[in-house]
Amino acid sequence: MNLFKISWKYLTFRPLSTGLNVFLLALGLAIITVLLLIQDQFEKKMNQDAAGIDLVVGAKGSPLQLILSSVYHVDFPTGNIKMEDAQKLTRNRLVKKVIPLALGDNYQGFRIVGTNHDYLELYEVGFAEGKAWDVPFEVVLGAEIAGKLKLKLGDEFVSSHGISEGSHDHDDHNFVVAGILEPRGNVVDRLILTSIESVWYSHDEEGEEEEVASAPDSVAVSSEDPIAETHADHAEEGHDDHAKFHAPVAKTGFPVTEQDREVTTLLLQYRNPIAAVQLPRMINSGTSMQAASPSFEMSRLFELLGVGISLLQGLALVLIGIAGLGIFIALYNSLKERKYDLAILRAIGASRGQLLVLIFLEGVMLTFLGAVLGIALGHVFLWLLVTSGDQNIVSAIQPWIFLKEELWIIGYALGVGVMASIIPAWSAYQTSIAKQLTKA
Amino acid sequence: MLVEVKSLQYAHPGQRSIVFPDFSLDSGESLLILGKSGSGKTTLLNLLAGLLRPNQGGVVLDGVRLSTISGQKMDLFRGKNIGIVFQKPHLIAALNVQQNLELAHFFSKKKGQDIPQLLLDLGISSKAKAAVMTLSEGEAQRVSIARALANSPKLILADEPTSSLDDENTENVIALLKSQAAKIGAALIIVTHDQRVKNQVSNFIEVKAS
Repeated sequence: MNLFKISWKYLTFRPLSTGLNVFLLALGLAIITVLLLIQDQFEKKMNQDAAGIDLVVGAKGSPLQLILSSVYHVDFPTGNIKMEDAQKLTRNRLVKKVIPLALGDNYQGFRIVGTNHDYLELYEVGFAEGKAWDVPFEVVLGAEIAGKLKLKLGDEFVSSHGISEGSHDHDDHNFVVAGILEPRGNVVDRLILTSIESVWYSHDEEGEEEEVASAPDSVAVSSEDPIAETHADHAEEGHDDHAKFHAPVAKTGFPVTEQDREVTTLLLQYRNPIAAVQLPRMINSGTSMQAASPSFEMSRLFELLGVGISLLQGLALVLIGIAGLGIFIALYNSLKERKYDLAILRAIGASRGQLLVLIFLEGVMLTFLGAVLGIALGHVFLWLLVTSGDQNIVSAIQPWIFLKEELWIIGYALGVGVMASIIPAWSAYQTSIAKQLTKA
Repeated sequence: MLVEVKSLQYAHPGQRSIVFPDFSLDSGESLLILGKSGSGKTTLLNLLAGLLRPNQGGVVLDGVRLSTISGQKMDLFRGKNIGIVFQKPHLIAALNVQQNLELAHFFSKKKGQDIPQLLLDLGISSKAKAAVMTLSEGEAQRVSIARALANSPKLILADEPTSSLDDENTENVIALLKSQAAKIGAALIIVTHDQRVKNQVSNFIEVKAS
């Protein structure tokens, strides 16, 4: 028998009241835990994914959408831009480096990004297996995709049009897995990377097929044999087209082509700080493209989200406040019934100090339970959130990471426990046993 | 002498002081404190237990003057040396029978009597793990006696232990108190206005409100 055990017995003696208070407190703390985890990981991830990208250039539209689609690969792209215009930009002296992206396809909901090898360098990827793409239709898979779709080197798949599942397939040419990346915990984990040429060609065939839909031999061509398919193309378009599928793709800069081609967006690095002042204005007013800065757009986004976050925080604080009050009332009420108990304890040798500790222990144990349950609940909430949203950006959040700040949650909860126990504990300390024992 | 009471006086706030008769008691002896309701019997019991401090005079238990020890030390001294049986059992409902007795050991920091044996002696060993709420009144009273005995105190104080009991149970409870006190060599003081108890304990003093 010890004070700890006695307090525990008192708590479990009224399970409903104890349970309700613990649960209320846990709910409030769970919300705070979720906010804490999301905030921490979101910001970290946002900064990590945008590292090295000073400016994003794309078709006119919402700048936030442009950033979300080309840096974080969550929203729809704003449209395409002419490669000619894009190439002009490269020659500007304020521009250090330009990485073109061709977006718009997916495989099982994972986005296919046509780019060059600079993109791999930008994110400092490492290869778990294989190597980067050399010829069209070779792809490199992010670590998460390789794991989820169970693809290995040499496997082939067909892309679909659009950036979400369920659109029609580009079934004319199969993609071949040439490399699988090591997990990096950033956006690349969930991307299928390939050359810009691959994206162009898969759309070209689409167009061609529609054009020649009346030609019986072309319609008869199915996707089961890529060789037969290229033969069909060959027959249709001539020898020139066959060769391009085996020609090495551009490793840096823009692909070489005589045709009028388009890309979706450009990731741009400044040469010097002056570029930050001049370049966006120049692009936005002087060209048909728009420029957006990831850091500016993201801070704008956080400002917008901030209202919601403070609302949730407010709700959490109210819940914790109610829980604190609930604990106070529970302790205070039970104390009225227990004054005799306390007198008895004094009569058999307990000191005032021990009774004080007894009441405090009860409040603190209650809130400690609430804190532990709250943190656990918070992580479970987040886990549910992450597993239910499959492809969106929250799916990159790790629900089972524990932060130092969570210790503060426990500390905070214990503070609530102590606060709620002060008055009841003091009243227990003050109880005159002689009076109490004679009263009954 | 184990217990000595000399020129003891106590005044409740705003009331005239009560003057208690002197008496002394040795180990193994029993004493009844009789008096009408409101005569100050319970006040005397509280003074004997060190729960109240006298205005004048004092109680000496086993050579220690109770009024000289203060606060926390008095609580511990009481826990070690004085067992109190209250008018109602007042057991801790959150704990079972055995835990209620362990409580006495814990707070008095004393090994005391073996609890299973004590329960056996009082005929309630089958209730050791029972919740306090499930006990009958007689059983609860016996548990409260067991709690008072658990630390092998030198002095046992009983406050109207029989007021809610029938004749047969009254006889049993007093007999039990006497035999247990004798067993551990404790002095027994019973405060009562119950005439039935007089048949079993001949030694008595009377408190009169003056």
